[in-house]
Amino acid sequence: MSHSISYLAGSEVPRGLGAVSVPGRGSNAVARGKIDELVFAHLAKAGAEPSGFSSDDVFLRRAYLDAIGTLPTAQEAVTFLASTDPKRRTVLVDQLLQRDEFPVYCAMKWSDLLRIKAEFPINLWPTAAQEYYHWLRESLEKNKPYDQFVRELLTSSGSNFRVGPVNFYRALQNREPQSVAQAVALTFMGVRTEKWTAARRAEMAAFFSQVGYKPTGEWKEEIVFYDRSKSSSSTEAVFPDGTRTRLEAGRDPRVEFADWLISPRNPYFARNIVNRVWAWIYGRGIIDEPDDIRPDNPPLYPDLLGLLEAELVASGYDLKHIYRLILNSSTYQLSSIPRSTKPEAARNFASYPVRRLDAEVLIDALSQITGTSEQYSSAVPEPYTIMPNGERAIALPDGSISSSFLELFGRSPRNTGMESERNNRPTAAQRLHLLNSSQIERRIEQGPGLQEIFRKSDPRAVLTGLYLTILSRYPTEEEVKIAATYTQSSGLDRRKAAIDVAWALINSTEFLYRH
Amino acid sequence: MRNDDQNGIPKLPLFADLSRRDLLRLGAMGGAGMALGNLWFLPAFAAQPNPAAKAKAVIQIWMWGGPSHLDTFDPKPEAGSDYSGPLDHPIETNVSGIRICELMPNLAKCAEKYSIIRGMTHGVNSHETASYEVQTGRASGGKDVFPCVGAVASYFKGVNAGYKGLIPPYIVLTEPQGRFSEEGFLGLRYKPFATGGDPAQNRFAVEGVVLQGISDQRQQSRRQLLHDLNTFDKSLRDDPRITPWKESEQQAYDLILGDGGKVFDLSQEKDEMRDRYGRNTFGQSCLAARRLVERGVPYITVNYQGGWDTHKENFQTMRRRVPEMDKAMAALLLDLSERGLLDSTIVWWSGEFGRTPKVQWEAPWNGGRGHWGQVFSAVVAGGGFAGGQVIGSSDARGEEVKDRPVYPTDLISSIYTQLGIDLHASLPHPLGQSVFVAPSKEENVRTAGMLREIMGVRA
Repeated sequence: MSHSISYLAGSEVPRGLGAVSVPGRGSNAVARGKIDELVFAHLAKAGAEPSGFSSDDVFLRRAYLDAIGTLPTAQEAVTFLASTDPKRRTVLVDQLLQRDEFPVYCAMKWSDLLRIKAEFPINLWPTAAQEYYHWLRESLEKNKPYDQFVRELLTSSGSNFRVGPVNFYRALQNREPQSVAQAVALTFMGVRTEKWTAARRAEMAAFFSQVGYKPTGEWKEEIVFYDRSKSSSSTEAVFPDGTRTRLEAGRDPRVEFADWLISPRNPYFARNIVNRVWAWIYGRGIIDEPDDIRPDNPPLYPDLLGLLEAELVASGYDLKHIYRLILNSSTYQLSSIPRSTKPEAARNFASYPVRRLDAEVLIDALSQITGTSEQYSSAVPEPYTIMPNGERAIALPDGSISSSFLELFGRSPRNTGMESERNNRPTAAQRLHLLNSSQIERRIEQGPGLQEIFRKSDPRAVLTGLYLTILSRYPTEEEVKIAATYTQSSGLDRRKAAIDVAWALINSTEFLYRH
Repeated sequence: MRNDDQNGIPKLPLFADLSRRDLLRLGAMGGAGMALGNLWFLPAFAAQPNPAAKAKAVIQIWMWGGPSHLDTFDPKPEAGSDYSGPLDHPIETNVSGIRICELMPNLAKCAEKYSIIRGMTHGVNSHETASYEVQTGRASGGKDVFPCVGAVASYFKGVNAGYKGLIPPYIVLTEPQGRFSEEGFLGLRYKPFATGGDPAQNRFAVEGVVLQGISDQRQQSRRQLLHDLNTFDKSLRDDPRITPWKESEQQAYDLILGDGGKVFDLSQEKDEMRDRYGRNTFGQSCLAARRLVERGVPYITVNYQGGWDTHKENFQTMRRRVPEMDKAMAALLLDLSERGLLDSTIVWWSGEFGRTPKVQWEAPWNGGRGHWGQVFSAVVAGGGFAGGQVIGSSDARGEEVKDRPVYPTDLISSIYTQLGIDLHASLPHPLGQSVFVAPSKEENVRTAGMLREIMGVRA
């Protein structure tokens, strides 16, 4: 048990076994920055006791899943859990934000919002979906300032096969100015215009009434452009915040709108994105749902939201800065096991929210553990939609490329750009698949990933290998005993018993949920 | 929970049976959910059982790819061999005046059981959009992605109507359609449960239900191991956030180890019965569909991936596949009828379109047929639909509707009506917009009226 002993060794960041081994309590968390000062003050005022501080193993797994949508490997877990560096969590956050998977995982979430999916029901040809995704991914890889990113999406012109961001105006089920405005408001303001008055919807639509589309000689290629012939006689226009403006002849009203939107004084712009980033990391927005911002759906903690907005603007719209702030906060690093059983405790950020892994993250984790790969296919069998084996599901460039697993586990259909399209609620069919399908069984039994562990002669080494690979932690003494008993009492040979342990770990809540 | 089903009217569970947690959950769902402990899907409202409903279940035989109408239910030998190809000797059925393709001798013997709609039309010639239209009754390209008939039926006839079976209320044998999102905006819970596996094999290995090589004893010890090792669950104790997941485990094992999964065990059928349907995937899928209907499953799709997209060598394919279809479909109709189930079970046969009536003899098609949405055939039987009828017709060459067009919404609305689903009932829209079972006037969906001719109602 030498592993567990070093793993229990003390250091400046408390090494309580926290969630897993000492249910319920763990060490007390201390405020480490402005986020925590605000949240902890709110909790104190409400008389809500925050959960204990997460243990290192819980934090490791959580940070990997939330920042890069990827499970730590056994080796990564061993390395991190052996570290005695007092700054090891901050160092890990920095490393994760530099990983290739960070922009990939961000691009997956953005692709849901931007509706990157070939053909049905959004009429994008795979070539266009690919170009759209390529632009998105590159923007995120370069950590393009967020204001510039949105400006490009809203004001670009050109062929949708060559200029990726123009597909924002193509990836819509219809191109009426009101529908365009609806998508713009939803995506960049977090607002549902369905809840506005008709007059207000019409005002915003005016900014998108001169978007032109023209075909080219190439199949399904279109040029998106500023169509001067559509200019209206009225030159007065009203922004969603009520500010009036004049639309000058010869000036693209989309540019007018974008300049209003990305201004540091805009009431929606920074608010929408920092709230979304919080929700993406934390599973619940400060305003929730994150794309339903309206006066009668106020933020849980307005000062927290204000803080993040100010940080975003001051950082020059650097979203990575916001990720770093949140991931390094003690608020984020609280245990998921509540100390308070009051129902509101789950809503006030007193403990980390437990929730099922996204479809893509889950299948990637299963592939990584078992050394297998998922087979994808597309409704639109074009060269661009044929994926090489081994491609990560989080990196799929086009929503039309899918698999039955991804569909079963609620991947976003990318029809509307709403966050709620992604469905992480469990169903019995999902449960059956994980417990008892030939696909999962085959991965565990035959995938090359676990074979070396199954072959180890020392039962403890087998168990430790499985735990590190699947749950990113060492087994407890109790778990060692349970596994040993199983091997003896089940009448199975050692390999089969080890397979069953791997199966049980994969079917555990600890594996299937973020926690 | 109760599962009384007398006179075809499912009863609501008595509230006295509910635990406090159930009541809380009911409250959270806005009142009237009935799916307590059932995670196949969550009810959004209470549908009133409709005592006038004639049908309780639908078996949809989905002819993915679009089979030729000329080579199945609308033969045109008089149009000449450029249209009929070599299949120019249609056979008379047992209903005088109705002829069908010569490759369907079994169906020719039971034409009194089904009606043929020869004027199906939508004019759409691509698989995805035509499939969407035939199965949702709406044209594609609108702002919403509508659910297909199976999803709507499982919404109204499944849990919301008191369905509490162990088997999911909407099953597809054996693979989902893939290019088509069955559940539409109703979301994940209305997706069909795809069995996977092959019912023609010795053991029908329904994905998730039957796992080859794992004995029941090992299943049981595995389950115990999972409970013993579920350290995190133990820490969370009764945390409501994971309650649904824990409950789903019980449901899953009811199928894996309990009686639930037995419905898929076709070895419980006599050999003679299995032979009647044909010992192939489609035949045994139809047999499995009948067993599912017996268990009260309201909607079953047999997704017949029979290679019906016959751009090339149409006639070779038809000679190979139509007899298989003929045998199984006829066996299904007779079997349902013999068991007294046909009156309450709709059998609906259709593809997404027909095929070009004029044969493409030239290379590379070599006697192929392309996509044809102008006119095609569908078949309905049972569930209150009269048999032995032909509705509408195509023109002399099978190229256009000659009389009595039937648009997808007409057929679908007729099916809903027979199921007792109110055409004006709301569907739960993700944005809370008003959307109804049948298209409203504003949607401008083409219609020529329901199939009142065969619905046993006065026009």
